[in-house]
Amino acid sequence: MSELRQIAFYGKGGIGKSTTSQNTLAAMVHYYSQKILIVGCDPKADSTRLILHEKAQSTIMQLAAEAGTVEDLELEDVCKAGADEFNPDNTDITEGYIMCTESGGPEPGVGCAGRGVITAINFLEEEGAYDDELDFVSYDVLGDVVCGGFAMPIREGKAQEIYIVMSGEMMAMYAANNISKGILKYANTGGVRLAGLICNARMTDLEYDLAKQLAKALGTQMIHFVPRSNHVQRAELRRMTVVEFSPKSEQALEYKELARKIIANDLKVIPTPLEMDRLEDLLMEFGLEDDVEENAIGKKAEEA
Amino acid sequence: MGTETLEELQNKAITEILEVYPAKAAKNRAKHLGVDTPEGVKGACDKTKSNKQTVPGVMSQRGCAYAGSKGVVWGPVKDMIHISHGPIGCGQYSRAGRRNYYIGTTGVDTFVTMNFSTDFTENDIVFGGDKKLKKALGEIDELFPLNNGITIQSECPIGLIGDDIQAVAKWYKKESDTPTIAVSCEGFRGVSQSLGHHLANDSIRDEIMTDTTARKEFETTDYDVAIIGDYNIGGDAWSTRLLLEEIGLRVIAQWSGDSTYKEMAITPKAKLNLLHCYRSMNYISRHMEQEFGIPWMEYNFFGPSKTTESLRKIATFFDEKIQAKTEEVIAKYTKMTDEVIKKYKPKLEGKKVMLYVGGLRPRHVIGAYEDLGMEIVGTGYEFGHGDDYKRTKEELKRSTLIYDDVNEYELEKFVQAIQPDLVAAGIKEKYTFQKMGLPFRQMHSWDYSGPYHGYDAFAIFAKDMDLAINSPVWSHTKAPWETKEEIGA
Repeated sequence: MSELRQIAFYGKGGIGKSTTSQNTLAAMVHYYSQKILIVGCDPKADSTRLILHEKAQSTIMQLAAEAGTVEDLELEDVCKAGADEFNPDNTDITEGYIMCTESGGPEPGVGCAGRGVITAINFLEEEGAYDDELDFVSYDVLGDVVCGGFAMPIREGKAQEIYIVMSGEMMAMYAANNISKGILKYANTGGVRLAGLICNARMTDLEYDLAKQLAKALGTQMIHFVPRSNHVQRAELRRMTVVEFSPKSEQALEYKELARKIIANDLKVIPTPLEMDRLEDLLMEFGLEDDVEENAIGKKAEEA
Repeated sequence: MGTETLEELQNKAITEILEVYPAKAAKNRAKHLGVDTPEGVKGACDKTKSNKQTVPGVMSQRGCAYAGSKGVVWGPVKDMIHISHGPIGCGQYSRAGRRNYYIGTTGVDTFVTMNFSTDFTENDIVFGGDKKLKKALGEIDELFPLNNGITIQSECPIGLIGDDIQAVAKWYKKESDTPTIAVSCEGFRGVSQSLGHHLANDSIRDEIMTDTTARKEFETTDYDVAIIGDYNIGGDAWSTRLLLEEIGLRVIAQWSGDSTYKEMAITPKAKLNLLHCYRSMNYISRHMEQEFGIPWMEYNFFGPSKTTESLRKIATFFDEKIQAKTEEVIAKYTKMTDEVIKKYKPKLEGKKVMLYVGGLRPRHVIGAYEDLGMEIVGTGYEFGHGDDYKRTKEELKRSTLIYDDVNEYELEKFVQAIQPDLVAAGIKEKYTFQKMGLPFRQMHSWDYSGPYHGYDAFAIFAKDMDLAINSPVWSHTKAPWETKEEIGA
């Protein structure tokens, strides 16, 4: 078997990171028989819901709080096999499987979620969760790289390939640029690389060009442009991934293509994040309006 | 020392010390080092930069904001329980080290030498510690029902994870009717313990000064004073109190050595606030002046000259009866201290001393040494501000090295260059200099001795300095090969 690859999905909050990552990972298993461990790094613990067909019942930090310390936990307590075709024991559709674990963390507004991520990942490593059989470990990380804790997956010896989920709106692009800065910071000490942008399309004008340009400016590729589809939502309401819910659908084939590209991907770069001015210029260039003059900044739209 | 004057020697030492530093550090440290003389105009005492961040990479003797709040100001308040909120180390390593004496039954009605901590673990960091704190507050009242209030002393992680301890304190105060005071004195705030003093003062202002319950029924006299900024180290506040009572005053509160919540709360009834440690409690003294119209004055009870001078100054605030009594007391004790001086001065006269201490001592103890004929040739503050250095100027008798936030390397070099007969500083410096064969006195907690305040205590001070300097042990510190020639000669 090939060497274990550690990848991570980052991106602005609400962009569809967890949905995109789970659908893509599911396609990697469904079509290409990959063996994957998902490490959810979000206190909401929703990075594995579609794979397990339920929200993860017990997170590492939650169990650690109940047991007293994280040292009291066993790997089996926190690592759950995916449902149906994603279960290692179910080989009807695929030899591949997905194991799921969630770091968990505090309620919004209290404590330190970042420290929870650090604790959880250290625990997984020490307990040997990253076994030889696995092809991929995938981290699904909350929002922006706001502090050291959420940078944990890109530090030394952790994720080597980062996929940034984004769309053609300004804040998503700011976030993508910021995440690139985070990668750049650890690129030389830890060997982490930017592996591509995944555009989870909102279907705004010129979105494709904008995403492509941003990818180019960051020194990477837009690895895939995932169109908008109601199948995603339908599947999600059933707590399923698209490939499982409707494997024949066009959307399933989109995820299949993205899965293929990720497995075959060998473009891994140290990103070149943009200055704020350049980022704004890029938006102007591909934005909705043709041009915004210097003197228009701060001016209200004229009322009809 | 050749023909160089003391001042030349001191300036040369500074130049040599700065030469070793990289340019940026040298530029920074140059502002903190200087020489001043009694005649000097705009000397080091006026110009020295202070209360600035320590240069990274040097060994500083400073403490942190938590040390200033928990260790200095709040810790000695004996009938309140001070819980260190965070991991166990801060509370345990600051436990009972300052020798704040108090009267009471520890664990029943007084708690100074005990360590209360929420003992944070990884889970508390991740999920927040408010719940644990609430539980700890409840446990305190269950186990120690005779406490008269709780303070929550915040350690670093609390500020990092953003726990709302102020809200918890407010909630518990309402719930239990116990004074509950949270101090956000996280160690990383500010540049030294000095900010911790300020934060603690502010919390007293907000929580105790506003509690008028005890004040209402308090019967005052014309002679009520409060001792502010005396932490009763080795019994200092007690000897101060006895002396003030002897001249006819009534001490209604001690801040905060051997003090209680209640006596702090009635302090606004005092006629005069007597401020010993200006650095750590000038804030609350100013507040009481503005809010309650209580005048405050600084005084100095180290050594007979300063004690006499201070007593007379204090007496001028009161009537002739007090003033007459003060003269009687001075006459009585001067006879005694003259005897002490007669005994020790011949053994100590002309001995040179270098000081490096904290709040008030870098200037306040100078007089006591001078009374014994000893000479201060260098002094500095760990965490003083500009106003401390200005006040130091008045105490200088000769050319004096002034060093602010002096580090291990600098102090060692200064001592080598100036060659004093005694170094008087803190525990971290003690063994360095003793191993160099130099007499040393630990001037933070009096080297397990004291008290040093007032006339009676001067006898202890004089004896301690004599013991340190004239101990026969110093004649044995030279290695045989170093003394060979002398033996042969």
